[in-house]
Amino acid sequence: MYDNPRFLLAGDRGLLAEFGASIDQKINQKVRQIFLSLEKTPIDGVTEIIPTYRSILIFYNPSLSDPETLKKEIVDRENSLDKWEIPPPETIEVPVFYGDNFGPDLEFVAHHNNLTPEEVIQIHTSGTYLIYMLGFTPGFPFLGGLSEKIFTPRLENPRQLVPAGSVGIANNQTGIYSIDSPGGWRLIGKTPIKLYDPTGYPPILLRAGNYLKFKKISRKEFLEIASRYRD
Amino acid sequence: MEIFEVLQPGAYTTVQDRGRFNYQQFGVPVCGVVDSFAYRVANALVGNFQDQAVLEATIFGPTLKVLNQGLIAVTGGNLTPLINNVALPIWESVAIHPDDMLQFKGIKSGCRAYIAVAGGIDVPSVMGSRSTYVAGKIGGINGRPLVSGDRLNKGEGTGKAGNRVPLNLIPAYSDDIKIRVILGPQDDYFSEGIEKFFASTFKVSTKADRMGYRLEGNSIMHKKGIVKSIISEPSVPGGIQVPPDGQPIILLVEQTVGGYTKIATIISSDIGKVGQAKPGDRIHFRQVEIDKAHHILKEKEEKIETIKRSLRR
Repeated sequence: MYDNPRFLLAGDRGLLAEFGASIDQKINQKVRQIFLSLEKTPIDGVTEIIPTYRSILIFYNPSLSDPETLKKEIVDRENSLDKWEIPPPETIEVPVFYGDNFGPDLEFVAHHNNLTPEEVIQIHTSGTYLIYMLGFTPGFPFLGGLSEKIFTPRLENPRQLVPAGSVGIANNQTGIYSIDSPGGWRLIGKTPIKLYDPTGYPPILLRAGNYLKFKKISRKEFLEIASRYRD
Repeated sequence: MEIFEVLQPGAYTTVQDRGRFNYQQFGVPVCGVVDSFAYRVANALVGNFQDQAVLEATIFGPTLKVLNQGLIAVTGGNLTPLINNVALPIWESVAIHPDDMLQFKGIKSGCRAYIAVAGGIDVPSVMGSRSTYVAGKIGGINGRPLVSGDRLNKGEGTGKAGNRVPLNLIPAYSDDIKIRVILGPQDDYFSEGIEKFFASTFKVSTKADRMGYRLEGNSIMHKKGIVKSIISEPSVPGGIQVPPDGQPIILLVEQTVGGYTKIATIISSDIGKVGQAKPGDRIHFRQVEIDKAHHILKEKEEKIETIKRSLRR
C-alpha cells in the first residue's frame, strides 16, 4: 500500500489514482472505500469512475474540473475515510451445479491435483473470494482467493463457445463466464443465475469490492432457479 | 414512424449514440460513436439533440430504402453516398421521400460515415443508451449490426433541409494522419522506446475495429529487464497499449480493462481521426501537454457551437 496515492494522467479526460503496487485485499478495500465515497458524494465535474485491483480511474469534464483539483479531493478522501461511513462489503452466494455436462473438466482438475471430484467441490465451495474488479466481459468477476490445492492450467486449445454461467479455473484464478464466449478455462460447473441480465434490475449482479461464495446445488435446484429467469 | 428498410447492411453498420455511461465499473464498455465531432454535427444539421442515435457505417455503407418523409444528414468519412443514384451532398441536411434509395459507392476519404435522421433512430434504450454493443448483445437492433430486412424507426423531428456546414469547418480526412497524445499512464516503462514511438510512422493493420486498432511499424521496446505488463486497470478510449511484442494497439470504445502498458493516450479531440483511419493508412504521433489538450478540446467545442449558430432552425 502506498503512503500517498500515485496519480497518472490517462489522456485529457482521465486521471488514474493508484493506491498500491500489488494485488492485495487491503489495497482493494481502500479502492472500494474511496470509490463508494465518490459514488455517495461525487466530486464536481467527475463524469464516471471505475474501480479496479489497486486503482480508480476518474473521468472528468475538463471544462468543469482539472487533475490538480481532483488529486487534492482524492487525497482528502483518503485522509478522512472513517467519516464516510462506508458499509462493510457484502458476501453473495452463487449456486453451482458441479460436474457432468456443466463441468466437463471437473475430472481433469481432480486428477491434476490428485484429488477426487468431491474434494475439488469441497475445496472450491469452502473458499471466500474477493471480487477485485469486473471487466473483460459485462459482469465478469476477477476473483481472488482460490486454494492452491486446485490450481490447474488453462486448456491448451480454448473452446469455441463457453456458455454463460460456466464456472472455471485458470491457474490460480477462478471465475464465472458472464456471457457466451470463447474461453480456455477448465470448466468445473455452472451457475443458473445470470451475472449479466441487460433488462434486469440490476443488470449486473456483482459489485467490485464485495465477496463471493460458491454453493453446491443439485440438478433439480439448478433447473428451478434457471426457470425463474424465463418469462 | 418507420423511416428505412435495410436492403443491404453494408460492411458493418450499427446504431450508436454518445455512449453508455456509468456501467464501465461493471465491465460494460462505453461504446457509442467513434468520431464524436462528425456525430454531433450530423445531429445538429437535422435539428436533433446532441445525444440522439444515428447510424455508423464503416467502409462500405448500407443500402436503405426510404419508407416515409424525413430529413437526413450524412457526415464523417466520405463513403460516396448517393440518393436515387445521384450524389448526395455530405455535411448537409437533405429531405428524403418515400421510395428514395440511399446507397454508398465506396470510400473517398475517412472510414466511418454517420447518418443522422431528424428525430433520431428510435430503438429502445438499454442501460441508458441506444448504442449497439455487439459482444454484450445490447442496444441498437437486438444488439447486433444491421442486416437486410431490418426496418428502422425514427422519432419526431423538426429540422430544416438545406442546412450545411461551412466548408472551412469540415474536417479533411487524410490517409496520412497526425495524432496528438499525452504521455502515460505507463510512459515510465519505456526509455528510448518513447523517442522511437514519436519518430516512427505506423501503418493501420487490418485488425482495426471499434474495440481497437492494431498498428504495424517499428517495435517499441520496454526498458530492459522491466516486467512488460501491469496489474489490470481501466482502459480509456485512445489509450495506446504496447504489448510485449512492441506493436502498438490503440484502444477505442469497446474495452473496459486491460493489463498491457500504455505508453501514451490520444487526446479526446483526436480520437475521431483514429476512427476515420482505415487499414493501410499511416499514423504519426506527436506529444502535447495536458493544458494544450484542454485548449484544443475547448476550440473544438467552440467550432461545434459556431456550426450550430450558423444553422436555420
